[in-house]
Amino acid sequence: MIQENLLLTLALLPFVAALATTTLSAQAHGAAAWVSGLLLAAGLAILGILHGPIAAGQVLHSTIRWVPSLGLNLTFRIDAFVWLFVTLVLGIAILVLIYARYYLSKNDPVPRFYAFLMLFTGAMMGMLLSGNILMLVVFWELTSILSFLLIGYWHQGQAARDGARMALIVTGLGGLCLLVAMLLLGKIVGSYDLDRVLDSGDLVRNHPLYPAVLTLFLLGCFTKSAQMPFHFWLPGAMAAPTPVSAFLHSATMVKAGVFLLVRFSPVLGQTEMWFFAVTGTGMATLLLGALIALFRHDLKGLLAYSTISHLGLITALAGIGSSGAILAAIFHIVNHAIFKASLFMAAGIIDHETGTRDMRRLSGLMRFMPVTGSLAIVASASMAGVPLLNGFLSKEMFFAEAADWHNGTWLDNSLPWIATLAGVFAVAYSLRFIATVFFGPPPVDLPHQPHEPPAWMRRPVEALVLLCLIVGMLPGLTLGPTLNQAAQAILGPDLPYKNIAIWHGVNLPLIMSLVALAGGVALYALFGTRIAAGPEGPPLMHHFRAQKLFERLILLLTWKWPRSLYQFIGTERLQPQLRLVVLVALTVATVTLWGVLHPAAEALSTPLNPAFAAMWLVGGSCAVGAAWMAKYHRFAALVLLGGAGAVTCLTFAWLSAPDLAVTQLLVEIVTTALLLLGLRWLPKRREEIAEDKLRPARVRRARDLLLALIAGVGLATLAFVMMTYPLVPSVGDWFLRNAYKEGGGTNVVNVILVDFRAFDTFGEITVLAVVAVTVYALLRRFRPDPESLALPEPQDAVAQKSLAETLLVPAVIMRWMFPVLLVLAAYLFFRGHDLPGGGFSAGVTLSIAFLLQYLAHDVRWVEARLTVLPIRWIGIGLLISGLTGVGAFVLGYPFLTAHAQYVELPLVGQVPAATALLFDTGVFALVVGATVLMLIAIAHQSLRMARLRERDAPQPEKEAA
Amino acid sequence: MTPAMLLWLALTYAQIALAAAGCLATVRMIIGPRAQDRVLALDGLYITTMLLFVVTGMRLGTPFLFEAALVIAVAGFVATVSLAKFLLRGEVIE
Repeated sequence: MIQENLLLTLALLPFVAALATTTLSAQAHGAAAWVSGLLLAAGLAILGILHGPIAAGQVLHSTIRWVPSLGLNLTFRIDAFVWLFVTLVLGIAILVLIYARYYLSKNDPVPRFYAFLMLFTGAMMGMLLSGNILMLVVFWELTSILSFLLIGYWHQGQAARDGARMALIVTGLGGLCLLVAMLLLGKIVGSYDLDRVLDSGDLVRNHPLYPAVLTLFLLGCFTKSAQMPFHFWLPGAMAAPTPVSAFLHSATMVKAGVFLLVRFSPVLGQTEMWFFAVTGTGMATLLLGALIALFRHDLKGLLAYSTISHLGLITALAGIGSSGAILAAIFHIVNHAIFKASLFMAAGIIDHETGTRDMRRLSGLMRFMPVTGSLAIVASASMAGVPLLNGFLSKEMFFAEAADWHNGTWLDNSLPWIATLAGVFAVAYSLRFIATVFFGPPPVDLPHQPHEPPAWMRRPVEALVLLCLIVGMLPGLTLGPTLNQAAQAILGPDLPYKNIAIWHGVNLPLIMSLVALAGGVALYALFGTRIAAGPEGPPLMHHFRAQKLFERLILLLTWKWPRSLYQFIGTERLQPQLRLVVLVALTVATVTLWGVLHPAAEALSTPLNPAFAAMWLVGGSCAVGAAWMAKYHRFAALVLLGGAGAVTCLTFAWLSAPDLAVTQLLVEIVTTALLLLGLRWLPKRREEIAEDKLRPARVRRARDLLLALIAGVGLATLAFVMMTYPLVPSVGDWFLRNAYKEGGGTNVVNVILVDFRAFDTFGEITVLAVVAVTVYALLRRFRPDPESLALPEPQDAVAQKSLAETLLVPAVIMRWMFPVLLVLAAYLFFRGHDLPGGGFSAGVTLSIAFLLQYLAHDVRWVEARLTVLPIRWIGIGLLISGLTGVGAFVLGYPFLTAHAQYVELPLVGQVPAATALLFDTGVFALVVGATVLMLIAIAHQSLRMARLRERDAPQPEKEAA
Repeated sequence: MTPAMLLWLALTYAQIALAAAGCLATVRMIIGPRAQDRVLALDGLYITTMLLFVVTGMRLGTPFLFEAALVIAVAGFVATVSLAKFLLRGEVIE
């Protein structure tokens, strides 16, 4: 139990650190580093406690049930391999924190950097500790997103933004592939539990989907670990602050890919397909990465390509998959993390103290920073694989695997040669780094005078280099047992213990190492000056940059092709869009319903009522008339629309939906006013449009008419058939039976809205709020057509009488109607739960009351007396509804569970008081806010135009006066 | 003639008469000729609808249609007023 809790705490610590650092002030570098560092150190302490059982071969688990129905649990799991990896991550994270404390300038915002860095650490650890493969993918994607944020930390720079975006696109796409691979794996194995998956190697390898799983899985790993041809994002990522680069390139991010490769090699490996794909890619990356690194002039660029090359080495080892290879892979993961972190930090120090990273400008720095120089020399010697350093040991083990392990394929036979050649390049670029930067004549013309960095900025480098030396000289005493335990955790407990020693006698791997060393030195001695003078890239290959290709591809995919596609099939005109929408709806409906829709055998019908029939005639002719008038007589069309609306409401009432009738009537009234407000800003009608008489226009109109007729008749038929079907038991019956019992209301519509389906309503009012705010935002930037700017015609005609004069009597009546409408709104609101009404209709009524005041007087008059703050109404409404829902949580019920009872009020008597009423209050407030916001937003246009007119033309008005 | 029969006759007559009024108002609404005519016709149609709500409620014997009539009575004129103001001033809200 204690161990389980410790494991959970371990996984949570970085997130706690992230939370803590976000609360710090923007300059608190020291505090942020201390808080994060101490929390991570606590993580290391937990790892120390857990070491005992894990070293004994135990696998610790800790599970939190999350979505059990999907087989998705938050399972954390730690074995010796994960233990080693997490220790590595935490250790380097602490060193990076110390380094960053001195690296970042005073102006870099603290909380953002440390919070991102801690979140990233947390995501990486979550990925490592995941005991569920879906959870693993989630953390995997989190590392992609957070690395995007970290690389783009200095988002003022173009390079940082581009690099961050490229990293996100490449690793994010890889993550998607990995997700699909994991889903397939889960289907094949029948469980998403990592232990089950790791035990099902044979099942997976013999499954017909194995090639698909393998391809997708490898795409995920290769993109993350920057394998060719996806390597290009990693050099782009050096735009990040150096501490981030050091962290990303050493223990995290790129190591996630090789972690997964090694972890899953018992499941997906041991096939020829795996060997060729993984070892082939790894060897290609190893060789090309080393080659390109030799030709980079940028310090961090050299190191980035060196990282790519070393990742290729680890990948190749994972592809070989023998016990020795896995051991070597784990060893090299650790060694590379140690020397690469120190090298990046050293490069950062050089950049920090001299102001440049260009190796052609740097020279002879040993004179100015002897300590840093010595540290960097040791670290790069380790990178080159010089004996007595840790890099040498794992490289030697790699050479041994390349030379000794055989499966008889051509790739296997060429492994030693490629390995040695890559070794030559590795030695050459390490030598170039050291020789150009630290030796030679003193530098000239540097941005800063170089000097040693603050002592604490160097401490992390010192610690890492010390590790290089200790591990390099005493491998069997230091890392040997841990590495063997880790390899056993991957390949099974039966694995024989393999001793890691420096001296194996004169054998093939040692000869390969010596050849590489000698070849590298010779290569640099012969071509060093020419490389420095040449372009940034190997001969011929520097014309061919994957980064550029990627940019072009992205440009093509996100800009050129969509644009040409848009030009080909898109249109900005409303008519073709509407035509397409109707056509698509028509097609879909026809295809779905063809042959399925039959009229009911015994059609329901109501007896003919002449009055009703006549009113339908009225409604129909109004609707047709509105369509007819819409082109040239917008105002008449609007009036006719009002008529059609009134008849619709009548129909609702007739067909026993009085509730709907009330709501629809209120909406009709507000809509008329809204449309009129908009009508003022539409451009004036042109008397004659010549093309309108021409043949194409006529044909087009005839076609549209036909389309409209077909769609209209189809919809009417559909409605008719559905409504004449005999009643069948449906969910509606349940609502009718249970509305009072469960919801405490007799108005079933309202009970459904605020109780049974309250969550839907909550979503809908949220949408309404969003729409209202959007309308408001759009209208703030609204600039009407110049021709509708002038005062409207009729206003001029009424002899410049003021509004108050024109509407004296009506204005008084309209003012008096305000309290009446308030009472009506309250009436509709309070009886809503039992009788027709409800929050929505009450809200619309109240907004009509406000609208009326705006109609009776001008905007200034109203706003001097009555302040409506629509945005607050909206916010408070949403808050009330949401809190009512949350209130159910507090009492232990699901979200939005309503409670109904009656309370006794003095004077009034028994009043129904469902919590749904409270929810309805929220709806009410929101509807008022949204409607008034839209009305006012449009109304204020007139005010603004009036102001503009006053400002632009003061003379004529004076003359008129 | 029983009272019930009488009531039925009266209500049916009232309904048909109101529907006829609605039809006539619609004719005016469609042919115009002036915009003012149309607005007035719409107001007439609204009043007719309100009365139809009341009469229908009586015929069906339900009190639930009363709210709809109430809403038209109290707020229905807002649509007419805004249309009228648009004609009069060219702007609904100034």
